[in-house]
Amino acid sequence: MSPWPPDLQARARALVARYPEPRSAVGPLLYLAMRHEGGLTAEGIRRVAELTGTTPAQVQSVASFYTMYKEAPGRYVISVCTSLSCYLLGGEEVLAAVEEETGVADGATDGARLFTVEHVECLGACGGAPALQVNYETVEGATPEQARRLCRWLRETRPAVVRSDAMQQEFGGQRAFDWGPEEAAGAVAPVPAFEPYGTAGEGVGA
Amino acid sequence: MTGSILLARMEADRADSHTLARYLATGGYRALRRVVGEMTPEQVTAEVKAANLRGRGGAGFPCGVKWAFLAPATPHYLVVNADESEPGTFKDRQLLERDPHQLVEGAAIAAYALGVRRAFVYVRGEYARPARRLQRAIDEAYAAGFLGKGIGGSGFDLDLTVHLGAGAYICGEETALLNSLEGRRGEPRIRPPFPAVAGLYGKPTIVNNVETISNLPWIINHGGAAYDAIGPQGSRGTRLLSLSGHVRRPGNYEVVMGLSWRELIFGEHLGGGIRQGRALKAWIPGGASAPWLVPQHLDEPVTIDDATRLGTMLGSGAVVVMDETTDVVAAALAIVRFFSHESCGQCTPCREGTTWMQRILERILRGSGRPADLDLLLDISDNISPGLRWPPAQTTICPLGPSATAPIVSIMRHFRAEVEARLPREGSGG
Repeated sequence: MSPWPPDLQARARALVARYPEPRSAVGPLLYLAMRHEGGLTAEGIRRVAELTGTTPAQVQSVASFYTMYKEAPGRYVISVCTSLSCYLLGGEEVLAAVEEETGVADGATDGARLFTVEHVECLGACGGAPALQVNYETVEGATPEQARRLCRWLRETRPAVVRSDAMQQEFGGQRAFDWGPEEAAGAVAPVPAFEPYGTAGEGVGA
Repeated sequence: MTGSILLARMEADRADSHTLARYLATGGYRALRRVVGEMTPEQVTAEVKAANLRGRGGAGFPCGVKWAFLAPATPHYLVVNADESEPGTFKDRQLLERDPHQLVEGAAIAAYALGVRRAFVYVRGEYARPARRLQRAIDEAYAAGFLGKGIGGSGFDLDLTVHLGAGAYICGEETALLNSLEGRRGEPRIRPPFPAVAGLYGKPTIVNNVETISNLPWIINHGGAAYDAIGPQGSRGTRLLSLSGHVRRPGNYEVVMGLSWRELIFGEHLGGGIRQGRALKAWIPGGASAPWLVPQHLDEPVTIDDATRLGTMLGSGAVVVMDETTDVVAAALAIVRFFSHESCGQCTPCREGTTWMQRILERILRGSGRPADLDLLLDISDNISPGLRWPPAQTTICPLGPSATAPIVSIMRHFRAEVEARLPREGSGG
């Protein structure tokens, strides 16, 4: 419930200025609010409403429509795809392995808010099935055992930034396509990842 | 039968196909320079019409015709749909990650033709890495004068903004996308009015898919007629097909339409056949929304119109292959569960129907199905999509509900005996 510091307010205003109408910034500002508050709070919603000329009820209604706005997510949100292509190649076994290794059931967050585990619908990684994401950074072709190792790695090292490329190297397998060169950027923890584009390690214009 | 319009650069240069330097070194932004320097907007639209480029997002609507519907009221908006979420589809992700300047140049060409000064790319929220790549390309393009004020020394100004979604398949439907971009719940709008008349903020808006837009630099560089000379009538140009499931070589393949399904799934340089030497059971030819095909269709040509003739569609180009070990009830459930989860809830037939279908399939899988369940599944499907015909009719605002009937109709059509075998016999009290 801390007040937004001046730099955050400046970023918020810059986000509003990106659009012809302020209301379009509701989504991006919800990410910003989540990042600041560690989740979606009544205070965050009130500020988003204030900045976009809407009401808290309108903002709450929008936030509740989408799956990526979360009230109290864990530091690492692990999303396991169980849509068709991943289902065919063992996505449900990967989900079970993640649930067991973290001790967190599908859709839940542990008491210490380290992990949120969720099954999700198609992540657009079907050629690299089964796919999962950590804080929306994709890992393709992980076996249940690799997924367990990934969870252990997160628990033991608590990385401040998770990077798709690094996780793929260590815990992934078959890729949907040639990813090309590695990237330095990754998602900052804790989720929400986007600031506004989930970037750490380099600046991306707001 | 592979083509090389969209993937040429990344296939030739693995290391840096996404950078401005590589893009410029391989002829990038030449088309945009020519467009703003030498062509009128009408001439650009004429090339796109001549190309017979059809939309790659799923509906296959002719791009030039869509553009011609743009109403005169100003301002005009262009929105690139990068909300790729149709199960089985991962082509736009590759275009965003590996050749984002091709998309930026295409968007600028489209904007010029449409009289647009503000354009947006709506990227699904889970595409963090692709969104970063795209944003970096946009930043590079601004710095080099390909976006912003006075593009290429002309009087043409364009701002291109990346907007991230937040997890909702339905936002791939263009009117839901526009609501989402306006900061609202991603619920589809009743059409008409179509976005070309009243779209973003109620203004005339064109929404085009990433792959559609990415074709534009090539079309300008080589001419619409050259594009129209590739592939069979009705399916011109190349097409990105996302191959996944039980094939040996999953991936995105850029192909010229007209090859057979057998070539696509079994071709040495394409799908490479079924894993572990197993037999093919069925495949989905165009994303989870498309009715399935079975081995008797293997020698049919892969074209938009042939797919329609077979009662299905190429949709988003997602081909999901299932081998002989696949439990078709479980596969259908995976699809129905998807649509049930992603239903926005506005329309009762879709909201309730997808939920019921999911529950019925779940109990059949558990072994507690009822003898009447198959007819019940078909009856619910018929309530969402009357007549269960193709192309589907709908009792809903958008096509999501009817899409959920595709797996039901498919397993009943091709595997009814297998589904019935999962049910208790009449009178056994199931």
